[in-house]
Formats: sequence, C-alpha cells, structure tokens
Amino acid sequence: MQDIKQENIRNFCIIAHIDHGKSTLADRLIEKTGMLTSREMQNQVLDSMELERERGITIKLKSIRLNYKDEDGEEYILNLIDTPGHVDFNYEVSRSLAACEGALLVVDATQGVEAQTLANVYLAIDQDLEIVPVINKIDLPSARPEEIKQEIENIIGIDASEAPLISAKDGINIDAVLKEIVSKIPAPKGNKEAPLKALIFDSYYDSYKGVVAFIRVFEGTLKPGMNIRMMSTNKSYEVTEVGVTTSKHIPVDRLEAGDVGYVVASIKNVKDARVGDTITDDDNPTAEPLPGYKKVVPMVYCGIYPAEGEDFNAVRDALEKLQVNDASLVFEPENSAALGFGFRCGFLGLLHMEIIQERLEREFDLNIVTTAPSVIYRVKTKSGEMLSIQNPTSLPDETEIEYMEEPIVDSSIMTPTDYVGPIMELCQSRRGVFKGMEYLEETRVVLKYDLPLNEVIYDFFDALKSKSRGFASLDYELKGYQQSDLVKLDILINGDLVDALSIIVHRDKAYERGRKIAEKLKDEIPRHLFAIPIQAAIGSKIIARETVKALRKDVLAKCYGGDISRKKKLLEKQKEGKKRMRQIGSVNVPQEAFLSVLKYDE
Amino acid sequence: MKDLAVYIHIPFCDKKCYYCDFTSFSGLDKRIEEYIEYLLLEMDLYRETLKEYNIKTIFLGGGTPSYIDGSYIVKIIRTLFEKYNCSLVEEITIEANPGTLDREKLMQYREAGVNRISLGVQTLNDQLLKSIGRLHTAAEAIENIKLIRELGFSNINVDLMFGLPDQTVADCISTLEEIVDLGVEHISYYSLILEEKTMMNRWFEEGKIRLPDEDVERDMYHEGVNFLKSRGYEHYEISNFCKPGYQCKHNLFYWTLKPYIGFGISSHSNIEGKRFCNYNTFKDYFDSIDRSKVPVLEVEDIDSHMEMAEYVIMGLRLIGGINKEDFKGRFGRALEDVYGKVIDSSMRAGLLVDDGTYVRFTDKGLDLSNMVYVDILP
Repeated sequence: MQDIKQENIRNFCIIAHIDHGKSTLADRLIEKTGMLTSREMQNQVLDSMELERERGITIKLKSIRLNYKDEDGEEYILNLIDTPGHVDFNYEVSRSLAACEGALLVVDATQGVEAQTLANVYLAIDQDLEIVPVINKIDLPSARPEEIKQEIENIIGIDASEAPLISAKDGINIDAVLKEIVSKIPAPKGNKEAPLKALIFDSYYDSYKGVVAFIRVFEGTLKPGMNIRMMSTNKSYEVTEVGVTTSKHIPVDRLEAGDVGYVVASIKNVKDARVGDTITDDDNPTAEPLPGYKKVVPMVYCGIYPAEGEDFNAVRDALEKLQVNDASLVFEPENSAALGFGFRCGFLGLLHMEIIQERLEREFDLNIVTTAPSVIYRVKTKSGEMLSIQNPTSLPDETEIEYMEEPIVDSSIMTPTDYVGPIMELCQSRRGVFKGMEYLEETRVVLKYDLPLNEVIYDFFDALKSKSRGFASLDYELKGYQQSDLVKLDILINGDLVDALSIIVHRDKAYERGRKIAEKLKDEIPRHLFAIPIQAAIGSKIIARETVKALRKDVLAKCYGGDISRKKKLLEKQKEGKKRMRQIGSVNVPQEAFLSVLKYDE
Repeated sequence: MKDLAVYIHIPFCDKKCYYCDFTSFSGLDKRIEEYIEYLLLEMDLYRETLKEYNIKTIFLGGGTPSYIDGSYIVKIIRTLFEKYNCSLVEEITIEANPGTLDREKLMQYREAGVNRISLGVQTLNDQLLKSIGRLHTAAEAIENIKLIRELGFSNINVDLMFGLPDQTVADCISTLEEIVDLGVEHISYYSLILEEKTMMNRWFEEGKIRLPDEDVERDMYHEGVNFLKSRGYEHYEISNFCKPGYQCKHNLFYWTLKPYIGFGISSHSNIEGKRFCNYNTFKDYFDSIDRSKVPVLEVEDIDSHMEMAEYVIMGLRLIGGINKEDFKGRFGRALEDVYGKVIDSSMRAGLLVDDGTYVRFTDKGLDLSNMVYVDILP
C-alpha cells in the first residue's frame, strides 16, 4: 500500500433518499477509480444483502477505499462510508457520519428533497460535515435540475450553484463528482503520535476471524499486536489484523489518524464492538472517548413463534446468528397459550422488525408466526411501582393500575401540498397533535405532529403512502412518554382468550379495532363443525362479536375409479392446510389470522 | 379367477360442456376410427394379465360414447367377448347424451349385449341446460328415455345435477319428480363441482355466474334425498339412488376397491396392487401402442396403509358403510385397530355411527365426509 499523506485523504458518505440513486452513484465512483474490474463489478456492490437489493435500501453500512489520481497526477485516498437510509437506523447513520468530514447529498432531479434526506442532512450538518450537493438522474426527460438546485438552497440553505449534474445510471459527469470531493471536502486532521482514538461505525461477525469492526482513526496509530480497549465496556483485546477494504479486505501494517479501515481482535460478539464505541490503546489510553456513544435500545417489540412447534430450536439458532451481526436485535424466550414456545423480540423500529422477519423466512427457511408489534408502555401501579410493559399479556389487572404512559414521537411528514388534507386527517385519526406546518416551497410542506408510537407502528407508513399516492415521507424520533387512557383489548375465539391476539390500544380506538379484528378473523377462520363466536373484549366487557357459521358441506360429490388419485390429492392438500393451523381450544386457526391484527385496511 | 371391471373411454363429444374437465374432444371426428383401432390394440397388450380374470362389468364412458357410430361400440364389445373371459359378465353400461341417441344405435347396443343405458340428462330446465353448455332440451331427454324403454332396456340410469347457477330447490325437485315418473331404475343426483380449467370455474371467478350458497345447496341435496326415498328409491351411495336390486355393479367395484382396468386415453386402472393412468393425448397414446408398450403415463404403488385408507374412503361413500368383518377379512386387521381414534372422534362429532357390524356416515357425516377422510389419509 503506497503511503499517502493525511492531507490527501477524504472521508465521505452519501446521503440520499431511497431510490434517489445512492448505490448506483457509489458503483460509478468505484468503477471510475478502477477499484474493481468490470468483471468483478456487480451492480451496487455496497448493498450486499439480497434483501437490501430487493428493497433498494441499505441496512448494514460498510466502507470502501477508492484510489483517485487527479488531472495533475496527485494521488488521493477516498474513503466512501455507506450509511443506512431509514429512520429506524438514525443512530447508525449518525455514527457513520461522525466518521466523515463531508457528505455527498444526492438529490433526484425529478423529485427534489425528501423528508428522509432532510433529516440526514441535518444530522450531517450537526456533525459539521461539508455538504456537497449532486443532482442525479438528469437523463430523465422530467428532470428539472435548476429548480432542484433552487430547492436545495431554499430548503437546506447550502450553496448548490456548483452542484454537478449527473446521471449515475448512464455514468454521466462522474469525474465532476470526484473533483468536488477532493476540492470541497476537508482532509482529516489528527495526530498520529497521540493516544489512540478510533470510532467504530460498523461491525460484523466473520466465522474465521471473529468480529470485524469498521473504524475511523481520529488520533494515534493502530497496529497488529497492540492491546486495545473498548471504552464503553473496558474490555481488552489483542489486535490480530488491521486493514482497508477495497473489493475485499486488504491487511495493512498500520492505520493512522485520518484513516478508515477495519480491525480484527478475536472479538467473539458484535455486542463487544458496539457501533459508536471508542477504541483506545490499552497500554496508553486516551482520557476521553469520542462523543456521541449511545447504547441502542429497542423501540418496538413483537412475538416471533415457530409455525410448527418443533422448530423452536431452529428459530433460536437463527435469531442468535442474526444477533451476532446485529447488536440492536434483542430476544428472549416466551410462552403463549395460543402459539406455544417462541420469542419476544425487540427492534429499533418497524422496518428493522420486518427485515428480521423476512430474513428468518428467507435465509433460514423458517415458517414463523408474528404477533402484533407493541411499544414499551410504562405502568404506574397502585402499589407505587413503575413497570415497563412490552407484551400486552403482562399488563397487570386494570384495578391495579394507577395510570399508564405511552411513548410519543416527534414526527415530520413531508408532502406535496395536494395531500395535506388527507394526511392531516390521517394524523388526527391516529391521535396526532398538530405542531405546525412549514412551507418548503410553494408546492411542498412539512407537517409536524406529535404522534403516539403505537399508532405509528400500526400500519401508519402504508396508510401515509396510500393517502399521498406514495409521495409523502415520514421521519420521527422519540420525544418522551405521556400519560394516556390505554386499555388491553382481548380477543376470544369460541370463548377462549387468545393471548397472542391481545393488544394495548387507546380506549377511544378500542371499539373500532375490536370490530375490525373480529371481522377479519371471521373471514380468516375456516368454518368448523360448529359455529364459532369471535369476540373482542375489554376486561369482561364484550365490545364486538362475529360468528363463523358452522360448516355444512365438505364432501366430494363424485368419486369413481378415475377420480381416486385426484381426489386424494385434494384431500392431502386439505390435510396439509389443517396441519399448518394452530389449535386453539377446539378451533383450528390459520396463521394468517394472527396477521389480521396488524393491518388497518382503510 | 378374480373378478374384474372393465372401463372403456370414448373421448369424443359434439361439444364440451362448460363444467366438464374430463378428457374429451369435439371437432376431432376424423380421429375416431383410428382411436378405436388403437383401443383394440391396447386391449391386446393386456392379454396375459387378463387371463387371470373374469370380467363382470363393462362400462363405456366418455366423452359421449353415444356420439360415435354404433358399429364401433359393437366392435369393442365383440372384441372383449372374443378375447377375454366374458362368460360371467353381468352388466354392460353405455353412457349416452340426449340428442345423440336414435333407434338404430340403441338396437346395435342391444345386439352387442349392452343392458344398461346411462343418460346424461342433468336437469329438465331448458334455460339451465343452455347455461351449462348442453346441446339438448328437456323434451329430447324425455323422448330419449321413452325410446330406450321402448327398445326393451330394463335398466336405465339418469344423471342429474344440482347446485347449478341460479338453480332453486323447487327446480331440483321438479326435475326429480318428472324423472321418477318415467320410472327409471337408477338416478345419480350429484352436486356441481367447479373444476379448475373449466369455463364455469372461470366465469365463477370472474363473477359472471352466481352459484347457490352452501345452505341452499345442502337443502337441494337433502330434499332430493328425502324425495327419492319417499318414491321408493334406495339411497346407496352419497350421490346414487336406485330401485331395489339396481345398484350399479360397475361402480361398486370402485367403491369396494376391487380390481378394474381402463382402456383408452386418460383412463385409470387399479389392478395387481398398482394404480395407473394412461396417457392423455392421442399422440402419446398411439406412439406407445405402436411400440407395443402399454400406454401408461403414471403408476402409483399402493402400499397396505394406503390401500386401507382408500378402502375406508371409498367404502364410506356407500350409505350402508363398511362391513367390519369384510375389512378384517381383506386386511387381517380390525378396522378399529387401524382407525379407532378417527372413528371415535368422528362418532363424538356426530359424523359416524357404528352399529356393531357396519361403520357408516350419519346424515351430517355425508355432508362433511372430507373432514373424516382427511384424518383417514396416512
């Protein structure tokens, strides 16, 4: 590895809304700097997980080193640090921003600035990053680059007059982006002789090396053989390898102040290399860690159960494997009368939850049943205790509760003005408290609402998208807790309470939710030999009732010699379907029924 | 010597009915002669196997066997009689559709030994007939029944359907009444099944036709059953009724899981511990026979567990149920030993009864038989 002076290093990230072309631009930069041959070049190398690709979003962040030679033959190292693009991963975003001196702001030339982008730009500005705007997708006929430049200046308040107009897809003007990176983004500072200070901005588990932590060195030097200390846990490890990432990991003899790379130190679990933690020299520690470390805590919980009881161990193994690479995923075993043995799992947010569910199903080929997501409620009991409840079934009896509190988020919804009406209606119906409206430009506004988190996790994204034809975007962060009139809504099937279907809701919403769940269950539960009452109840009070009528016909009208094989196949299919159902009392309930509490269906 | 039922498939029709998913073709009349030749060649391929069997029943089904020239039918039956052990044949049935029958054909059938005519009447409501794609009218059906009788056939079956689009219970009963008044010996009264890949299924899914709801459909069945019983018909299988002594011997082979062999494209056989079905295209069927190979598409080995399950599933279709002694005699194990748990739970649910000799469905069980079958299947 050739020696490059600190002033020729640029550490940057790319901020963009989903679909605005972050990954494609990253690909072009990699291609242009010749880091990968075109044979090695698979589209969008930074998004390596199958799921990420499908969703077009980045979940795990990584870094890649680009070697760039400018027109005068001066050589630079450009470290591109990838950031996740979703509200659930705000903290991770802030840590990877902290590893950079600058950020490329990619804005779609047809769509302009979105709420998500805005939130991340503000995060970057908070970290004192130099923002370099880039206008992408200028190849599209509907591109309006000049207007978008104006929009960036108006909304974000940065100079966009020199923003390169590019098409990442067609490879137009990528050189200009590289030039802007070198000329606009400051070189890192920091003394390589000082005690070591390195920021972990990502980590993953490798089955041969143990945890590989991605770091940015701010002060000092990191070399194999050194003993390092994680400042949040005070645990020490011996460094076995340091290196940089191009298309693969390349070991180097040292990483110095200003460098971005990785470190391997026989760490067994990603929990011991937490994002945001500071690595220092165990023998010559720094006095103060880098600012901003936070232990991430789950905001959303749900139960994950194996569809078939015997898969319990397989689900646990899979969750453990996922957790090795995902310090923000927590789980513990729990038991439901309806679903048997399973796990209570905590997530950063809804998307995180969905990603874990999908990975369990796809990567581990598991068939799982998920219960309705819940937030963490605080319950003050009459005996003066304050409980944290994230599973509706552990809520104490109503008579023992003094009051309850629920988490409230501070939300910003960016939308074209056309949809302000329907979106305000939606927020109102979700118990939102209007805080203000800002015009970004003539046709776009940001609506500010305080929303209860339990309303946000209940199908709010989908509702928002459908009310705005997909144009509105949402950003939120936890504001705090607020007293609220909450009740536990129970569902009884054939007189049996089904714990996995219980939810905590605001009293005013209980009737409507109860009625809708009962209606959906009525459609989901197949007819049996007997009529099945489905009831929604608060305590002992029934608030909604539906009935699945008794089955009257389940017969093969004809069966002669030629029909036997075929009819047998039909029966086998029916038998399979029956096997996949959950037995609750004497009622067989299909797995889909458990999802009926999740979707609003407006 | 073992008893055997022979099925012969005639896959030609004037027009395919909208609910039909059997292998049958219209507009392929030029193939008929060739097909019959191959049919006879196929029979020849089984000559060795069939030496062990006495043919007891012959059933010509379709398609529409009465659509093709009567001389072909004669030829098929003659060949069977010439080459195989047919001295003990008791029943020879041919399926026929109103409008395709005439005096000459019926005379030919009679000459050949056919002693049972199964007529696809379906309903005597002309509007309904049209809506399900039948080419005949109610009047033609009635004419045909009278003609069959006139020519001396003493065993007539009529196929009827219920649960047709917009059909009413009263409509079902009035059709039954007219048919019963004609004095037919046997009636198949069965519920419309929407088969995938049929026009009617497509129309149903597109919302173009409305079918009676489950409750009305069950009323059609039960009121039909009660009516037929009140008129002296024995209800002997889920969808089959007859005057005393006129049970369909051929179909009983199926319901009691006795050996049968099918000739012709897409026909099924169950013989020598194997179930197999023939190719369902002319080309594959002809090619195989050209190479002197039996034209079998798929063979299913039936192990003893599956055989027991099939025996119970088919046997329970008979209203009389399964004779527990017969079961033990055939399989060497008591019925309760194998299916005690299912039988117990089904009895508790009011689906089955056990009178000590027979296990059979209750009235409720007849409507919900699949719920029991699902637990019988291995």
